[in-house]
Amino acid sequence: MTEFTPPPDSASIVSVTDRVKPLALGMGVTSVHFLGPRAAFVGGEENVALVDAKGEITTVAVHSGGILSTASDGKRLVMGGDDGKVVSLDAKGEVTLLATDPKRRWIDAVALHADGAYAWSAGKTAFVKSGKTEEKSLEVPSTVGGLAFAPKGLRLAIAHYNGATLWFPNMAGSAEFLPWAGSHHGVTFSPDNKFLVTAMHEPALHGWRLADNRHMRMTGYPGRVRSMSWSAGGKALATSGADTVILWPFASKDGPMGKEPAMLAPLQARVSVVVCHPKNDILAAGYSDGTVLMVRLEDGAEILVRRNGTPPVAALAWNAKGTLLAFADENGDGGLLEL
Amino acid sequence: MSEATSQKIPVTVLTGYLGAGKTTLLNRILSENHGKKYAVIVNEFGEIGIDNDLIIGADEEVFEMNNGCICCTVRGDLVRIMDGLMKRKGKFDAIIVETTGLADPAPVAQTFFVDEDVQKNARLDAVVTVADAKWLSDRLKDAPEAKNQIAFADVIVLNKTDLVSKGELSEVEARIRGINPYAKLHRTERCSVALADVLDRGAFDLDRILDIEPDFLEADDHDHDHDHHHHGHDHHHHHDHGHGLKHYHDEDMQSLSLKTDKPLDPNVFMPWLQNLVQIEGGKILRSKGILAFHDDDDRYVFQGVHMMLEGNHQRKWKEGEPRESRLVFIGRELPEEAIRKGFESCIVS
Repeated sequence: MTEFTPPPDSASIVSVTDRVKPLALGMGVTSVHFLGPRAAFVGGEENVALVDAKGEITTVAVHSGGILSTASDGKRLVMGGDDGKVVSLDAKGEVTLLATDPKRRWIDAVALHADGAYAWSAGKTAFVKSGKTEEKSLEVPSTVGGLAFAPKGLRLAIAHYNGATLWFPNMAGSAEFLPWAGSHHGVTFSPDNKFLVTAMHEPALHGWRLADNRHMRMTGYPGRVRSMSWSAGGKALATSGADTVILWPFASKDGPMGKEPAMLAPLQARVSVVVCHPKNDILAAGYSDGTVLMVRLEDGAEILVRRNGTPPVAALAWNAKGTLLAFADENGDGGLLEL
Repeated sequence: MSEATSQKIPVTVLTGYLGAGKTTLLNRILSENHGKKYAVIVNEFGEIGIDNDLIIGADEEVFEMNNGCICCTVRGDLVRIMDGLMKRKGKFDAIIVETTGLADPAPVAQTFFVDEDVQKNARLDAVVTVADAKWLSDRLKDAPEAKNQIAFADVIVLNKTDLVSKGELSEVEARIRGINPYAKLHRTERCSVALADVLDRGAFDLDRILDIEPDFLEADDHDHDHDHHHHGHDHHHHHDHGHGLKHYHDEDMQSLSLKTDKPLDPNVFMPWLQNLVQIEGGKILRSKGILAFHDDDDRYVFQGVHMMLEGNHQRKWKEGEPRESRLVFIGRELPEEAIRKGFESCIVS
């Protein structure tokens, strides 16, 4: 692959690289989430690095092994590890042990509900703990690939082989199976609760319109989709997996059915992570060559945040107000951009 | 070996029928003083005593790729585990995947061909099959899994040789050779085999497909003090009674070797091979080849698992090196005549 070099001072792309506060996190990084004012960079194993707006780094030990899964609501960060533990980290930097798998199995997936309920999975079993009620569990036919709470009610989507299962943990016998051949990994509800989308092992997404379980096939990716993010208001779903950001339209009642996705910010590198701005129609995209761009959804206009020439961007997040963007590559070289 | 290959983490797949001694071999590998750290993926989590820091329980979830090819199965759990393990890069040097006694090695191997992310970080090193000298002959009759594991192997550790007579041993070896004459075979007691003979074999490394000769009698006993090298024995006359090795032709699992010293036409050969594995890929477990193409000074090498093929130009033919093409297929009910005819049609006349 030929290396893409964005023209450094060309008028064609606006650059804000000089306004980025560089961060050396000193560990491999897999994701980042904002906890209040601080960015929480999650390491590949053991630690989370909390970084304030000044760039000051506080390292917190959270697991005694690899950190496999994360979910955050902006107030706390829930993580699952290969030590069989589910832990949470709050904005103060306090770690709480939420659950321990009795067999010390890997905690492959976690999810966090707006009301504080959380879910995790080990092997084929998904668990939910909500408020003071007993922890509940559901076994699906194969290993859980991903978990997501619906935006309304206590309902959990469980992605697995050959489909996804929708489960109301507080209602007995309520699991509904949505079949689709293949292995389903990541899963997400649209913010309006009308669609469920999974990222498959094949380079494709699959969706169901929940009103009638109608299928939506979203294919054409050169690589597996590992990152999905809903635009502000849920009008579109931005995804990684191609050498452009793929943006599927979800504004109409039919979702993306019969429509072409928008393709934004093409580079000669794969998009590795994508995250939409919480308020405006802007997204940030990280690429396999280390580039970070901000992209306007309307016309695809780009702003360069970070140049290429490093390992893939692994972590990218906005704070809740959308005034701070945090990013890091796989090796832990990152940055903070204040807008 | 290319730099990219050497940086990938080697993965050894350990198979063998129930009770053959897989766990014994695994513990030998782990306990030996080699200074290396292994991540071990086992199926029966916590059931057997394995002393290692990094043990991961797997579920052997085999699933079909959604590409309409029924023999294109992968281990979904392995995709997930590899993903998780890569977060701990640097904490281990190699990975060993132990399968259950009843497992088919193909989905494990295919995972390393098909999955982009797995491929980026890891490389399949070899399939090592542990076989029980006392019971293998029986298992080959009644357990198709056992036969699969022998056919698929790059290395066969023929274990428990102390429990059988010399005659029984050559009987079971002959049966193994009737299925797979190409694997390196080591006779052992209590899986006592040199680690170098099972690890870091590069059996799936295109750069290391140096020659594809049957392994007969090369490892005549396990301390290698009198290797009989019998190169030049190929499939056509490998039932060499002079060594007391009976020739068995397994009824449903065979190997087929093809050879020519005339150049092949790549424009005929490539489509033929692609088409062959498309149609017969379900039956072909493993394939390998070194090819001399017409008007091409480079050796071309390929290898495959069922329908999946990978190939590349390897290096220049050396001066004086005979420009021969050799192909090997190991599989079930191979349509030998059709394959031979097809191969011959690829020769430049």
